[in-house]
Amino acid sequence: MMDKNKKILISISLVVGLFALLFILEQVMPSSSMLFVVLKKGAIFALVAVSMNLLNGFTGLFSLGQAGFMLIGAYTYAILTIPMADRAAVYQYFDGGIIGFTLSVPIALILAGIIAAIFAFLIGFPVLRLKSDYLAIATLGFAEIIRAFFQWDVLGPITNSSNLLRKFPTFSTVLYPFAVAGICIFVIVLLINSSYGRVFKAIRDDEIAAEAMGINLAKQKQLAFITSSFFAGVGGGLLAMYQSSIQASAFKASMTYEILLIVVIGGVGSITGSVLSSFLFIASSEWWLRFLDAETYIGSFHVPLMRSGFRKVVFSIIIMIVVLFYRKGIMGTKEFSIEGIGRFFRRLFAKKKEAQ
Amino acid sequence: MDFFKENLPYIMAGISVGGQYALIAIGYTMVYGILRLINFAHGEIFMASGFMMVYLSAVLPWYIAIPTVIVSTVLLGFIVERVAYKPLRTAPRMSIMISAIGISYLIQNVAWYVTSGLAKQYPVIPWISNTVTIGNSTTKMVTLATPFLTLFLVSVLVVLIKYTKIGMAMRAVSRDFETSQLMGIKINSVISATFIIGSFLAAVGSVLYFSNYTTVTPISGAMPGLKAFVAAVFGGIGSIPGAVLGAFIIGISENIIKGLGWTAFSDAFTFALLIIILVAKPTGLFGEKSTDKV
Repeated sequence: MMDKNKKILISISLVVGLFALLFILEQVMPSSSMLFVVLKKGAIFALVAVSMNLLNGFTGLFSLGQAGFMLIGAYTYAILTIPMADRAAVYQYFDGGIIGFTLSVPIALILAGIIAAIFAFLIGFPVLRLKSDYLAIATLGFAEIIRAFFQWDVLGPITNSSNLLRKFPTFSTVLYPFAVAGICIFVIVLLINSSYGRVFKAIRDDEIAAEAMGINLAKQKQLAFITSSFFAGVGGGLLAMYQSSIQASAFKASMTYEILLIVVIGGVGSITGSVLSSFLFIASSEWWLRFLDAETYIGSFHVPLMRSGFRKVVFSIIIMIVVLFYRKGIMGTKEFSIEGIGRFFRRLFAKKKEAQ
Repeated sequence: MDFFKENLPYIMAGISVGGQYALIAIGYTMVYGILRLINFAHGEIFMASGFMMVYLSAVLPWYIAIPTVIVSTVLLGFIVERVAYKPLRTAPRMSIMISAIGISYLIQNVAWYVTSGLAKQYPVIPWISNTVTIGNSTTKMVTLATPFLTLFLVSVLVVLIKYTKIGMAMRAVSRDFETSQLMGIKINSVISATFIIGSFLAAVGSVLYFSNYTTVTPISGAMPGLKAFVAAVFGGIGSIPGAVLGAFIIGISENIIKGLGWTAFSDAFTFALLIIILVAKPTGLFGEKSTDKV
């Protein structure tokens, strides 16, 4: 089998190759191409989906609070990075707000994660004692409370109440979200492959057995919850950068549902599955199925049903088919790896030889 | 007394909306009692029922449209169960819940497609849309009628569950799924009956709710649905009187909060209540205590 150094070398060269490819694409293709929308949004949702998978797929905690933590991250990032000169215009109803400083983008992104993690820490105490669907509905409830809280008039000087936050720095190149999301996902992978990750999986497979083996359930669940929220917060910050303006009312439960569906389609418990399905999900909902929304004529024949909104209907039917009939998703709990591909081809050749 | 006088319109609105939540909450609590499933699609069925009324009343007189709407809502609930939940009966609970989220996403998108995302005006139904004046506040007839209609329907339901054969089967299934199957209870028909009753009450609830709020949008089922679910948890999931009481408490407190000028927090309050009850008494007000066996 491949030795470790060779594996690392191949991985690094693949990553470099990917970034080079993205760089070339950006030089060659017009920047208005849908491809870049998909790549940017896909990378961001990949990060958020992986962070949700850490909780739902690897620790077995069915949480539906992702949109709430993304909201915290997005707001933290936006509030801390709006340039001083633009504050008066953004906080026009609140005399320029009360935050008198501006942070640089990387620090603000990290803080976005940390603030989300702090909220998770506080929420975790009461919520993580609950089981399965109760946990789901309680985290969903907390996300709604957070949303109401950020729209509160009294907090207006900080959060701009229910008005848009805008004029904060954004990214122009697709390399940026790829780099940030890539680093974050890499850290999550390291975590999952560490002893912590094995503890998480033990909790998922059998809570009682895990406890009997001396695992501190409350502490480990809290750890998974905080970590997941940290990365959801960073993802929220990236989403703010992508959208270039944010409003709390957009971070509804339906956003969490979409992320959950990405995780399910990719395979609950597979990191690469989540990444893959995130790009597929965004590509089909934003790009590939767009043609269904346009009224179409073939010759003089008016194709029935096709008008605005049909795309979403077809899309949700596809999702239902996956949910009902391909319950394991694209990857199941398997991971996509170079060795895996190697094995696949070796097996293919072996079969051919046998056939001869 | 002054507080009561000042807040009379809010309290009345609260009782009314509480009754409407109660009708939805029963659907949640019954399904959860039997399948241990949060039927996320229930709020969407409620919303779809509102749209059916909008479209049917355009071509039919209201006294034919209402029964037709109720029947088609029941049919929708039945189909949702057969398509989205029945194939997953042996699957882990998380898969069924994901399927529920998927089907509610589908219904919402279909509603968006049909209406092009526009809010629709709910038809005016004679008598219940009339305005009446009580004390010094005016309100719609539906506000007064809702609590009585709700209590009547709930009493009928309680009698049905207590004294009929299907009701006994429902109680048996919610107590022990497998054993009741061994005792010869046809589990699928019991589950279908549960969905039919739930959808019927949701349809009645939607007529009352939308007569009051007058516009229907593809997302107008989400919030009432979640709140009704909270009501069901608050009252102790599986318990019908609990769900009704929880719904009235939530409806009234939500409107009093609006009356105090904290409108932004009226939704958040519901969820705060949910979290408090889950932490303090996870089985709700009337829930049965369950012990986990290792």
